[in-house]
Amino acid sequence: MQLVLEKRAERSNTIALVSPLIAIGLTIVTMTILFAILGKNPLLALQAYFIAPLTDGYSLQEIAVKATPLVMIAIGLSLCYLANAWNIGAEGQFLIGAVAGSWIAVKTQGTDAGAWVLPAMLVLAAAAGALYALIPAICKVKFGASEILTSLMLVYVADLLLDYLVRGPWRDPNGFNFPTTAEFDPVATVPLLIEGGRLHLGSIIALLVVAAAAILLGRTIKGFEIRVVGAAPRAARFGGFNANQLIILTFAVSGALAGLAGIIEVAGPVGHLQPGISPGYGFTAIIVAFLGRLNQIGILIAGLFLALTFIGGEQAQIAMKIPLDVTKVFQGILLFYVLACDSLILYRFKLVFPNRQVARGAG
Amino acid sequence: MELVEAIILSVLAASTPLLIAATGELVTERAGVLNLGVEGMMIVGAACGFGGAWLTGSIFIGALFGIVAGTLMSLIFALMALGLAVNQVATGLALTILGVGLSGLIGAGFVGERITPATHLHIPGLTDIPLVGRVLFGEDAFVYFSIALIIGVWWFLYRTRAGLILRACGDNHVSAHALGYPVLRIRTLAVMFGGACAGLAGAYLPLAYTPFFIPGMTAGRGWIALALVVFASWRPGRLVIGAYLFGAVTILQLHAQGWGVGIPSQFMSALPYLATVIVLVLLSRARTGGSTAPATLGTVFVPDR
Repeated sequence: MQLVLEKRAERSNTIALVSPLIAIGLTIVTMTILFAILGKNPLLALQAYFIAPLTDGYSLQEIAVKATPLVMIAIGLSLCYLANAWNIGAEGQFLIGAVAGSWIAVKTQGTDAGAWVLPAMLVLAAAAGALYALIPAICKVKFGASEILTSLMLVYVADLLLDYLVRGPWRDPNGFNFPTTAEFDPVATVPLLIEGGRLHLGSIIALLVVAAAAILLGRTIKGFEIRVVGAAPRAARFGGFNANQLIILTFAVSGALAGLAGIIEVAGPVGHLQPGISPGYGFTAIIVAFLGRLNQIGILIAGLFLALTFIGGEQAQIAMKIPLDVTKVFQGILLFYVLACDSLILYRFKLVFPNRQVARGAG
Repeated sequence: MELVEAIILSVLAASTPLLIAATGELVTERAGVLNLGVEGMMIVGAACGFGGAWLTGSIFIGALFGIVAGTLMSLIFALMALGLAVNQVATGLALTILGVGLSGLIGAGFVGERITPATHLHIPGLTDIPLVGRVLFGEDAFVYFSIALIIGVWWFLYRTRAGLILRACGDNHVSAHALGYPVLRIRTLAVMFGGACAGLAGAYLPLAYTPFFIPGMTAGRGWIALALVVFASWRPGRLVIGAYLFGAVTILQLHAQGWGVGIPSQFMSALPYLATVIVLVLLSRARTGGSTAPATLGTVFVPDR
């Protein structure tokens, strides 16, 4: 008796709908075992991870704040992945956006620059993120270099550039030698939505991005081309779609969104430029994109869910001394289960009995 | 002279983890599987390798721990990408994300601990020859093993029947299947070999390169190993050249920082990553005539029965 994979005649829509839920369920079961191995009470740990953050207003706002960059980056990545272009360097584009936008904030610091500062920062950050993403895209289209490897290498480069700037030319002279810029001026800060709260304008921008992506993919020719190039490259070639142009376009858009997310994070919740502004948003966003099945509403929900794991992880660390790395393990396991469950949309398991087949063949 | 010898020694040390990890990935990719999780398997290998050596006091057992950890990680990949026919790029990314988290969790217990690093060979007389003595006869076991490994892989791929079958699976899985070869089983073995090598390469870092473990100590070496396989056009001979070239870039930028060339250290540190991008572009460009990659690299194969 043997368990083998068999292609379904057509994709299963039922499984497509429930597969993220199965994946989350399996992940929680696995995490329960992991908590038990770590010697923590699994029920209390799960409560700290998934329930506690939902019970107070501050944490709820914090979830929305953390989900903001995740959703923005993941929407961009979903365009790339739909077009079968593998941008995995969103973390680098996020950092470059943060650096480029901060440049205006640092240069106008202490001057009487007006309300133009923040919009200019946002535009410059998006442009810088797009340009940075265009490097791997152009290397791919012009020279055939693997965009996976080049986009990832540029993450390390962006990280080092940021490190150099905050330790060198941009360091706050009154910052006791800490590697950080001075706090941004009010005109260079993303305004809060609720006075004294945490929620900021960036969350609204993220929602607009979700809506714009839904319109692009669902209602425009370009969106149709993106989907066809990814799903059926041969058909796209016969249709005369320019696949290279779409790689450039999707990389530029996802880079711009990652860059925008970067400056919003720096000019919003963080308030200044420093190393470690991202707990791996660019990589977690890859999980968000897949968990959301590359669909805009799905990504919004998945972004909120993964933000919950960030906040829950912090609370579990404080309350139960559970190491922060558990959150990364959780996210990795979740991505595995999501991918595995998605496989069942196209395939199904079948039991085969080799002996009986042989017997039938002989008879 | 002293300095030249010191530089050659440190280049060899910096190249060895790249060479071991890339050798494993080369075999995996020749079988037609693209495992992007090298970085994740390496970092788990580093944490487990250090843990094994720290607990037992034996570098050899540490290395074994690294190999086993890397192999187990690669089995997760095989189960997903081969067993469940999941997209290999996404699975490899997931493996790296999981590996980074797992290594932090495993390594948390012994951050700040130190071990006695792997001993270097010493043959009286031979090792004391100026300039070449220590380079040829004064390395640690990992360096010699890495060279034996790549020679062994070359011999296996090009001089044995099994190697020919493995390459056939990578170049045309449908034909290999039609000829009756168990494509998925062969690919699983190739993936496991890649995992074992990545685990060993990761273990090399805390066992021989620096005698302690720090989270994230692989610092992208797994990704550079992946780029090296492309650099080498999937050929073992060129892989050796590529690994030592990259080791040299890493060491030269370190020395340049020491000499105080006046360029900020971060720019020098970025050199290996930028060099990877430039090399990928130049090589891919030179190969416009036709790709040398295994023909079915990274594609899903579900045998029909």
